[in-house]
Amino acid sequence: MRKVQLAAAAVPALVIAVAVGAATGGVLGAAGGFVVVTAAAGVAYLFLSRRLGAWGYAERDDDLLVRRGVMFQRLSVIPYGRMQYIDVTAGPVERSFGLATVRMYTAAAASDARIPGLPAEEAARLRDNLASLGEAHAAGL
Amino acid sequence: MSILGTSGPNGPATPDPSGNAPAEVRWRRLHPLSPVVRTGRALAVLVVLAATDLSSHHGASNTTLLVEAGLIGLLLVGSVVAWLVTRWRIEEGVLRIESGLIRRTSRRFPAEQLQAVDTVRPATARIFGLAEVRLRMAASTGSSGRLSYLSDADAEAVRARLLALAHGVADHTPAPPERVLFTIGSGRLVASILLSGLGLILELVIIGLIVLTAVEPAALGATISGGATAFLGLGTTVFRRLNSEYEMTVAEASDGIRLRSGLLQTTSETIPRGRVQAVRLVEPLMWRPFGWCRLEVDVAGKQRSSRENKSESANLRAVLPVGSRDQAEWLLHWILPGVPRPGLDPPSRARWKSPLRYRHLSWGRNQTYAVTTSGRIRLTTDWVPLAKVQSIRRVEGPVQRLLHLATIHLDTAGRNVHALARDRDRQESAELIAELPVACQLARQALRTG
Repeated sequence: MRKVQLAAAAVPALVIAVAVGAATGGVLGAAGGFVVVTAAAGVAYLFLSRRLGAWGYAERDDDLLVRRGVMFQRLSVIPYGRMQYIDVTAGPVERSFGLATVRMYTAAAASDARIPGLPAEEAARLRDNLASLGEAHAAGL
Repeated sequence: MSILGTSGPNGPATPDPSGNAPAEVRWRRLHPLSPVVRTGRALAVLVVLAATDLSSHHGASNTTLLVEAGLIGLLLVGSVVAWLVTRWRIEEGVLRIESGLIRRTSRRFPAEQLQAVDTVRPATARIFGLAEVRLRMAASTGSSGRLSYLSDADAEAVRARLLALAHGVADHTPAPPERVLFTIGSGRLVASILLSGLGLILELVIIGLIVLTAVEPAALGATISGGATAFLGLGTTVFRRLNSEYEMTVAEASDGIRLRSGLLQTTSETIPRGRVQAVRLVEPLMWRPFGWCRLEVDVAGKQRSSRENKSESANLRAVLPVGSRDQAEWLLHWILPGVPRPGLDPPSRARWKSPLRYRHLSWGRNQTYAVTTSGRIRLTTDWVPLAKVQSIRRVEGPVQRLLHLATIHLDTAGRNVHALARDRDRQESAELIAELPVACQLARQALRTG
């Protein structure tokens, strides 16, 4: 999902860089601009693929684990009984690739459980599963 | 002012709201003076403006006078209409408030979900002997009902009746008896505020201004007019704290801690024990020579209505604005009985990651609570009941990874306190993230079964 957004951002940047290069330095400038932007996109691609590769989740008996981050590695444990509601969102880019983001909320603002880039069926399954588990484990404040 | 909430005078003195059955089904209005009190501040400003314009006798000021008179009229008419269309009644254990002229709203507050009933008296309301009744509900939406304003006697009667309904006892049961624990002297409070961070800034500014007057009187005017808003803001913040914590009386009752305080605006509120999400003990640097500390509680319900006081939503509620270590310990043990002591220090290599904090970092836990300490200059100790933990996180930053350290967060539903066991050994943190969820679940079950 992130990779797609990256491509969408890189294409206009590429066009602008080539145009600016061409306007200032002719063919050589255009080629330079092209090289710089392609290199930047490649580096960003590496970063983002690592970031997405580090993202994961596991449904345990009583709680959900969400792991993410390369530089700052985070692991969140959210007991099902503490979930207040679950959001499934899919932006236009995500939708075009059949993906969705699932997000869990607890009463604590700091709880941070977001799983992006799930296939739509998996997202729906996860949502239903979490909702029923949350009901079974429901606990008050 | 009479002591509020005591059972004695309320029972026989106010037979009408809770006495005979027909009276209670009747819709009631707020006190007729409430429009005046509600618009009091804006009205006073406008009247003063109009008066100065009137006394200055400029020929051309007729239009401004008209505008001001119109504004005063509009304000008054608006608030009188708001008063006319607002009504409330208590029926079958539910407080209903209806309000609004064009968009009519009807709100129900079931007494079973009631956590606490507070009374607030702003300065303008105190002049007329009025009080506002605020309901704290258990629902996580945290919407709080308000009846502003009732007469003092009515407010106390409504409060007693709602609490009786909430606890499922007969109407005329006296409020649970309370025992006053201590009162915080105004001298110590003022001294503590002057020595706190904000107070020190204010003093520095004032000293700076005095020095400036002595050295270069001409520049004073420009400085004051330039920094007026910042100065006013600072002054208001300091004053607000003084106002809300002045002459605080802390009392215990079976349903929670009663806090009464206030200089201009007096507040009487109850903090139910079960609603406490976290307790924090703060020891600022300048207070330590005197052995003072401050105890704050964090309660659930972050989505407060925006019409409430800003100071209330931004800060934690201090149950002990300033007091000795003994008082704080006593109160802490009353709110959270059997809390553990922090005793586990981080590995010594954490010194490289948090050089200033290292000395104060530690944590501890038992079956019911977790405690963490931290702070560079201001020492803070946080206690969190494991049963209230909403989620657990383990975070490992790049520097921490080099040193094989990680931080464990215990998130609660409170507004800004969560226990943070900083810079633990990586192995230890991995064990914690495995065993803490189980411990929290056991604590929750223990709480549910009583």
